[in-house]
Amino acid sequence: MKVLVAVKRVVDANVKVRVKPDKTGVDLANVKMAVNPFCEIAIEEAVRLKEAGVVTEIVAVSVGAANCQEQLRTCLALGADRAILVQTDADVQPLGVAKIIKALYDKERPQLVLFGKQSIDGDNSQTGQMFAALAGLAQGTFASKVSITDGKMTVVREIDGGLQTVSMTLPAVVTTDLRLNEPRYASLPNIMKAKKKTMDIVTVADLGVDAAPTFTVLSVEPPAARKAGIKVTSVEQLVDKLRNEAKVIA
Amino acid sequence: MSTLVVAEHDNTALKPVTLNVLAAANAIGGDVDLLVAGAGCRAVADQAAHIPGVSKVLLADHAVYGHQLAENIALLVAELGAKYSHVLTGHTTAGKNFLPRVAALLNVAQISDIISVDSVDTFKRPIYAGNGIATIKSNDPIKVLSVRGTGFDPVAATGGSAGVTAIDRVHDAGLSMFVSEQIVKSERPELTAAKVVISGGRGMQNGENFKLLDGIADKLGAAVGASRAAVDAGFVPNDMQVGQTGKIVAPDLYIAIGISGAIQHLAGMKDSKVIVAINKDEDAPIFQVADYGLVADLFQAVPELERLL
Repeated sequence: MKVLVAVKRVVDANVKVRVKPDKTGVDLANVKMAVNPFCEIAIEEAVRLKEAGVVTEIVAVSVGAANCQEQLRTCLALGADRAILVQTDADVQPLGVAKIIKALYDKERPQLVLFGKQSIDGDNSQTGQMFAALAGLAQGTFASKVSITDGKMTVVREIDGGLQTVSMTLPAVVTTDLRLNEPRYASLPNIMKAKKKTMDIVTVADLGVDAAPTFTVLSVEPPAARKAGIKVTSVEQLVDKLRNEAKVIA
Repeated sequence: MSTLVVAEHDNTALKPVTLNVLAAANAIGGDVDLLVAGAGCRAVADQAAHIPGVSKVLLADHAVYGHQLAENIALLVAELGAKYSHVLTGHTTAGKNFLPRVAALLNVAQISDIISVDSVDTFKRPIYAGNGIATIKSNDPIKVLSVRGTGFDPVAATGGSAGVTAIDRVHDAGLSMFVSEQIVKSERPELTAAKVVISGGRGMQNGENFKLLDGIADKLGAAVGASRAAVDAGFVPNDMQVGQTGKIVAPDLYIAIGISGAIQHLAGMKDSKVIVAINKDEDAPIFQVADYGLVADLFQAVPELERLL
């Protein structure tokens, strides 16, 4: 079966981002970019399903500017068979991305669509679920275990308070949580091979999708700074401060 | 203008986060209806009817909603929500699961994890692990919002007397099935609602050592949390994780034990009123946000702290 994996280009998880002085957003000039960590887990899961003989073809897709090709190449080096970039310089919001993936889904007809549970830039946690609703599919969100047998998928989900197991018919959607797997690193031979794999580039208009934004970001400001704290020298002093200065314990 | 709030509950009792979501709904203004969808959840609706400021409680009591399967709940909420100007629920794993489906079915955006209401269409929310606070104006006819509980002080739980209206719409998408659930039973308060949280990190070294935190938690009535490093290392279960991709907490007192303070962890706790950090590495980033830092070996400091409390 075929699997579609949606991936996003985001700022690297180790970068401390700063808000731009004009408050129009965060400063991404000369900042290291990467595949969103949860999307990397999604790619890894697809590769493992292929290694297990469940999946036959992995198609990595992304929506964004031309430089998203870098992240799609990474996915190809990690084991995706081919890639599709829906190239646009416009701001595409989660519902727009979901509609674009839906259009690709209709063309590709995969049995499984994998997403990261959230991107570490917008922190929205929406796109996979929105796509699932648009496509009328079941979803296993925040997955920490996925197993597929006889056209049925069982997903263990990380929920507040513990774990929930749900089963669903395919095709279906999975959004990945941290503990689903530990992504591998791309080997040098695989990075070389990835350069020869197919990457199709299409536009939003080609797909006939209206992905216009429906909300406006008026400003982005830095969070309120915490005032500098102090170092205490002993547990006694700490307890005294908590009791008599901060007054947070009795 | 009217708001539909989707209650979070376990078919027996309302989850406290619903009171925070109602506070956000009150900040928007207009009538507020509260939907209780579940199975055998009449008691939850009766409890909800006592919340002041709720105009009416809508009770959808049917087996198809029993396990809050997103595919079914979203169909119900989208159908009911189409008549409202705002649809709200908590930004919890339950809310995150179904609400984006509702937004997609209504063909509108969702504004996730709002921490304040500026006006009926403008909201603030953290982005980039809380390193930026975005002010967002929705241009959609229906505003679908998930609410960060710690961003709003809860409304009172009693004092009101709303009517309960039964909703007989049964939406079974027939796509998914509940199999089982493993819920960690705990006598302690819920992480996101606790006044005091004590969390352990990689410095705890193993799961057994987390018992060191129990004594302090008992004395302070605290919830026990953990950093991602401690969860990934298998010391404790995932539902204890505090951080960007785990739970967001903002207690009166947060005590970080053996936690270095990665950006992703800070995103989950830096809105706490008072932060205490105990770590043997004096350069640990956690000290940059701590009101009171103690450079010490936790295996000596923690038992001593317990004794002195």
